[in-house]
Amino acid sequence: MTSLQPNLSSTRQNKQAHSTRISLPWVITIGYLSLILLLPLAALITRSLTIGPVEFWQIATTPLARSTYEITFVTALAAGLINGIMGTLVAWILVRYQFPGRRIFDGVIDIPFAVPTSVAGLVLATIYNDSGWIGQLFAPFGIRIAFTRLGVFVAMLFISLPFIVRTVQPVLLELEPEIEQAAWSLGASEAQTFWRVILPPLIPAILTGMALGLSRAVGEYGSVVIVASSIPFRDLIAPVLVFQKLEQYDYDGATVIGTVLLLVSLILLLLINLLQQWSRRYAD
Amino acid sequence: MLTKPKASVILLSIALIYVSVLIFLPSIFIFYEAFHKGIDVFWNSINQRNFWQATKLTLIVTAITVPINTIFGLCAAWVIGRNQFRGRTLLLSIIDLPFSVSPVVAGLAIVLLYGRNGWLGGLLAGLNIKILFAIPAIVLATAFVTMPFVAREVIPVLEEIGEEQETAARTLGANDWQVFYRVTLPNIRWGLLYGVILTNARALGEFGAVAVVSGSILGKTATLPIFVEQAYKNYQAEAAFGSAAILALIGALTLIFKEILETRTHH
Repeated sequence: MTSLQPNLSSTRQNKQAHSTRISLPWVITIGYLSLILLLPLAALITRSLTIGPVEFWQIATTPLARSTYEITFVTALAAGLINGIMGTLVAWILVRYQFPGRRIFDGVIDIPFAVPTSVAGLVLATIYNDSGWIGQLFAPFGIRIAFTRLGVFVAMLFISLPFIVRTVQPVLLELEPEIEQAAWSLGASEAQTFWRVILPPLIPAILTGMALGLSRAVGEYGSVVIVASSIPFRDLIAPVLVFQKLEQYDYDGATVIGTVLLLVSLILLLLINLLQQWSRRYAD
Repeated sequence: MLTKPKASVILLSIALIYVSVLIFLPSIFIFYEAFHKGIDVFWNSINQRNFWQATKLTLIVTAITVPINTIFGLCAAWVIGRNQFRGRTLLLSIIDLPFSVSPVVAGLAIVLLYGRNGWLGGLLAGLNIKILFAIPAIVLATAFVTMPFVAREVIPVLEEIGEEQETAARTLGANDWQVFYRVTLPNIRWGLLYGVILTNARALGEFGAVAVVSGSILGKTATLPIFVEQAYKNYQAEAAFGSAAILALIGALTLIFKEILETRTHH
C-alpha cells in the first residue's frame, strides 16, 4: 500500500500541471490573435465608426467607388462561374481518368496557391499584352487583354481555379461509379445520369469552391494591380482604390472602402460556413 | 457518361487545354523569360544592391514570422483540437479570417492602428519606436496573412490521433513537456511540417499587405515580391523576371514538398 503513495501524489501534481498547461496555450492563442488580428481590425472598424453614417454612406457610394465595386464583384463573379464549370470538369478528369502525366497535372493546379501574386501579375501582364505569347493571338481582332478589364478577369480566373478543384475533388472521390452504372442500366440517358445522379451531390461542393474563389478574387490585389492599368471606371478594382487612397493620405476614404470590403468578406465567410454545413448534411 | 471514348477525349482535351493555357504556360514562361538569354544575363539582372537588400529583408521577415506563427499555430491547434468549449466554432472562424480578408484591408488595418493618429501610433512615436514603413510593420502584416496555416494543418491531425496516447503517457508519470515532445509532436510532425512549409511559402511571397505597410521603398523596405513589381514598373523586365524565377522556384519546391508529405501521411 505504501508504494501507492508517491504515485498518488504525482497524479495530483500532474493534475495541477495539467491545469497550468491549459492556461499557457490559451493565453498565447488569445493574446496573439488579439495583437495580430483583432486589434488592427478593431482599429479599422472604430475609425470607420468615427466617420459618421451620413459621410460614410457618401464616401462609400461615390460614382468612382460604385464603379470599383461593379468591376470587382461582377468580374470576380464571372470568373467564379467559369471556374465553377471548368474546375468541376478538371476535378472530374483528375478523379475518373487515367492518363500519362496525371500527377503532374494535379500538381499544376496548386501553382496559383504557391506563386506570389506579384509574380503572377508580372507573368500575366507579359504574356497577355499585345505582343505576348497569348495576347498577340487576340490583338489582330482588336481584343486587348492585359491592361484592360479582361486582364482583371484572367488574373481572377488564375487565382480562383484551385479553390474549386480542391473542394470538388474529395467529394468526387467518394462518389461511387456504381450508382451511375445503376442509373444507366435502369435506362437513364447520359444527360439524365449527369443531371440527376452525378451533379446533385456535387452542387454544395461546387458552390463552396466558387464562394472560396470569389472571396479570394474580390480581395485580390497583387496580380490585378500589375495586369490592369487601374484607370478609374475602366479596370480599377476596389482593393486597388483602397491602396491609392492611402497613397494620397485620404485615410477616411481608404477606411470606408476597406470596411466595405471587410463586410463583403465576412458575408462571404458566413455563406461559405453555411454551404459547408449543407454539404456535410448532404454527405450524411 | 464514360463509355463513349469520343466524349471522354473531348472532356480531357478541354480540361488539359484550359489548365495549360491558364496556369502551366504562364509558369513555364517565368523560367523561359528569366533564362532564355543565358545564365549570365540572369545573374547580371539580379546582381544589384536593391535585389540583395530585398532578399535579405525577405529572409529576416520570414525568419521572424515563421517561428512565431508556428508556436501560435501549435497552441491554437491544441486549444481547438483538445478542448470542447462554447465558442469553439467561432474561434476557428476567427483564426480563418485572414484567408478571406483582402491583404490590402489587412495592411490598411495595421496602418490605422500604428499610424500617427492610431491607437498605438502616438504611444510608440513617443517611445521613438518606428513600426510603419519598417521591419516591424512588415512582420506584423506577414504574420496576419500567414496566421491560419499551421493551426489549420495540425487541428485535423490532432483530432484524428485522439487523446489516448497522451493520457497513457500522463498516467505513466510524464510531465506536460514530455507528453508534448515525446508523444504529441511525433504524431503531428508531418501535418506540422506541412503547415510550416505553407506558412514559409506565403511569408516569402506576400505582396499586398506588405506593399501597404512598407511603403515599397527600393533598397530599404522592399521585399522580394515588391522588388518584382518595382523592377517591372521601372522597365527592368529582366530583373523582374530574374527575381520572379527565384520566387517561383521556391513555390515549385513547396509543391514538391507537399506532394512528398501527402504520400507520407497517407501511409
